[in-house]
Amino acid sequence: MSDSATANRPASNAPSTGLLEGIVQAEGYKYGFTTDVETEDAPPGLNEDTVRFISAKKGEPAWLLEWRLKAFRRWQTMAPPDWAKLDIAPIDYQAASYYSAPKAASGPKSLDEVDPELLKTYEKLGIPLGERAALAGVAVDAVFDSVSVATTFKDKLADLGIIFCSFGEAVREHPELVRRYLGSVVPQGDNFFAALNSAVFSDGSFVYVPAGIRCPMELSTYFRINAAKTGQFERTLLIADKGAYVSYLEGCTAPQRDENQLHAAVVELVALEDAEIKYATVQNWYPGDENGKGGIYNFVTKRGACRGARSKISWAQVETGSAITWKYPSCLLEGEGSTGAFYSVAITNNRQQADTGTKMIHIGRDTSSTVISKGISAGRGQNTYRGQVKVLSNADGARNYTQCDSLLIGKRCGAHTVPYIDVRHPGAKVEHEATTSKISEDQMFYCQQRGLTAEDALSLIVNGFCKEVLNELPMEFAVEAQKLLAVSLEGSVG
Amino acid sequence: MSKLLEIRGLRARIANGREVLKGIDLDVAAGEVHAIMGPNGAGKSTLSSVLAGKPGYEVTGGTVRYLGQDLLAMPADERAREGVFLAFQYPVEIPGVNNMYFLRAALNAGRRQRGQAELDAQQFLKAVRDRLKLLDIGDDLLRRAVNVGFSGGEKKRNEIFQMAMLEPKLAILDETDSGLDIDALRAVSDGVNRLRDPARAIVMITHYQRLLDYIVPDRVHVLADGRIVASGDKTFAAELERTGYAYLGDAA
Repeated sequence: MSDSATANRPASNAPSTGLLEGIVQAEGYKYGFTTDVETEDAPPGLNEDTVRFISAKKGEPAWLLEWRLKAFRRWQTMAPPDWAKLDIAPIDYQAASYYSAPKAASGPKSLDEVDPELLKTYEKLGIPLGERAALAGVAVDAVFDSVSVATTFKDKLADLGIIFCSFGEAVREHPELVRRYLGSVVPQGDNFFAALNSAVFSDGSFVYVPAGIRCPMELSTYFRINAAKTGQFERTLLIADKGAYVSYLEGCTAPQRDENQLHAAVVELVALEDAEIKYATVQNWYPGDENGKGGIYNFVTKRGACRGARSKISWAQVETGSAITWKYPSCLLEGEGSTGAFYSVAITNNRQQADTGTKMIHIGRDTSSTVISKGISAGRGQNTYRGQVKVLSNADGARNYTQCDSLLIGKRCGAHTVPYIDVRHPGAKVEHEATTSKISEDQMFYCQQRGLTAEDALSLIVNGFCKEVLNELPMEFAVEAQKLLAVSLEGSVG
Repeated sequence: MSKLLEIRGLRARIANGREVLKGIDLDVAAGEVHAIMGPNGAGKSTLSSVLAGKPGYEVTGGTVRYLGQDLLAMPADERAREGVFLAFQYPVEIPGVNNMYFLRAALNAGRRQRGQAELDAQQFLKAVRDRLKLLDIGDDLLRRAVNVGFSGGEKKRNEIFQMAMLEPKLAILDETDSGLDIDALRAVSDGVNRLRDPARAIVMITHYQRLLDYIVPDRVHVLADGRIVASGDKTFAAELERTGYAYLGDAA
């Protein structure tokens, strides 16, 4: 089934003229600055030596180098996926550099040792580090290009036995945990981009919450691509042991550059018995300009395994950036009575393309999943929801509810809904609802007649449209997301 | 009394369509309530839409002065912030947007325009409570999304509540009585009567005489085929009641 731009509400709601047509971005991308720091880069190109170079730079143990090489060899036999509704120019994987590290940042012991230029960058981005972290109550692991710059609040978390550190540090300090879980949710050969990431991943975040511990603060990672012609391949591994709870936030920005940059991350979540993981993302990578020049190619594999009985994993994402988004945060519902959820807002404006959704794989008994997806298309943006609900033959009592709503702003954008439903159990209960609507001129006029400007009216209506998803975000993220929605749609009312 | 609204020779058509207003002349002073009546298709709703600046209409002639300014030159949202309020015949649903949030955004947009400080949450709540009391309505509508799932009567009450909050200088009530049962009509009319004010003009547009039993106007006008064909004081409404629009002859 596919809803297209022409499947709208009744004609009485359709704008009569091009009032809502997008013209130009008024303010543009706010995070497009670059930071001048000395970096140590791998030469462009990708072969086994590159993989060895990265592993050596990070001082990794032999088993991890072998793991990377295995992934690399696998990757060489694979082809990029072509099933998404995305128009992607061929990518030259030999032209990019696969490692870039700020020179002074090779292992800061405290915030004082972090390059002040970097700290300034994070300040500009509004990231709470250091003193500001304490005030905000957020523990932040900031990844700048390929290395983790500083992890705040580590001591406080350590008192509870919670491990929150860069991936590289986890490899050094907690190799047994990394070795046990790395690739256990997203295998090396899972897909082209996951294999690439497995071969060349540079850094990322690692979280372990021990049994019975409720993490007392939101954990947060901030990813930023700074260097030119660099790919970013971070790897996040998050484990919630029996009865643990953790809420994790992830934010992303990148400088404004004319060439496209590659971002291929892998996130693996593991929830054991009675554990709960909430994972929220606000993705604001540089989307390219209004003609589609530049911008991040975002090819991300995110997956969570509800291993234990009654475990819960919830994904919430607000995707406003990137030239291309290819991303399907998923849940493997293995444990009896486990629960998966996916809440998504994806906006495409100008020439942005997004093909995003989720996979809910019901394996255990009495598993349930909820999918709420809100796609917003403006300008010439193309927005596809692609989601799979699969119920295996042993999944007695499985339930899924999926709701996909698409909102169109203007006449040149597109919205598409592509659900795959694969049910192998006769007792499964699977519901799917989809709507496509245009912002109605009546709604706009009603708001304007009460004194709101066209921009404020649009922002209000769009925020209302996304309400169910924004409600799932932690408070401070929800506020940021609302502002971001408004900025992303700037210039889409004429 | 000073003229708040001066309409001279106003002609308008639906964009790329037929001419609906064919030369309207109307003066409304502050403190007055005017009723504009007429049969279906006479141009009543077009007049309210054109005054509020709704897209999809084209003014082909004439002028409208509001508080001495050229009303037609202002965009719709600016008209609203300058004190022009339209109570919609069909209030629009905005899913996911809380009624209170919407109203506060609207109220503060107007206050910014007038150079006043925005109301904080507490001041806003106080204003809400005052108006609810004035209009004798409950607070059940406030927690819901704008007009979503409201009954016809609730939608119209919500319009009048918004009017009470926004305190317009010119309120245009477009068929506010349509679709209301007698109790809802009485409740909405009582609300409007409480909002009569020496500084405020109210123009109510209606198809039915019965509204004028509840909101007694200062002036009554009959609109037929895009022109005001007859005007009078409140006794004129009673006369119309007896004779219907039939006496207008061909014009109706």
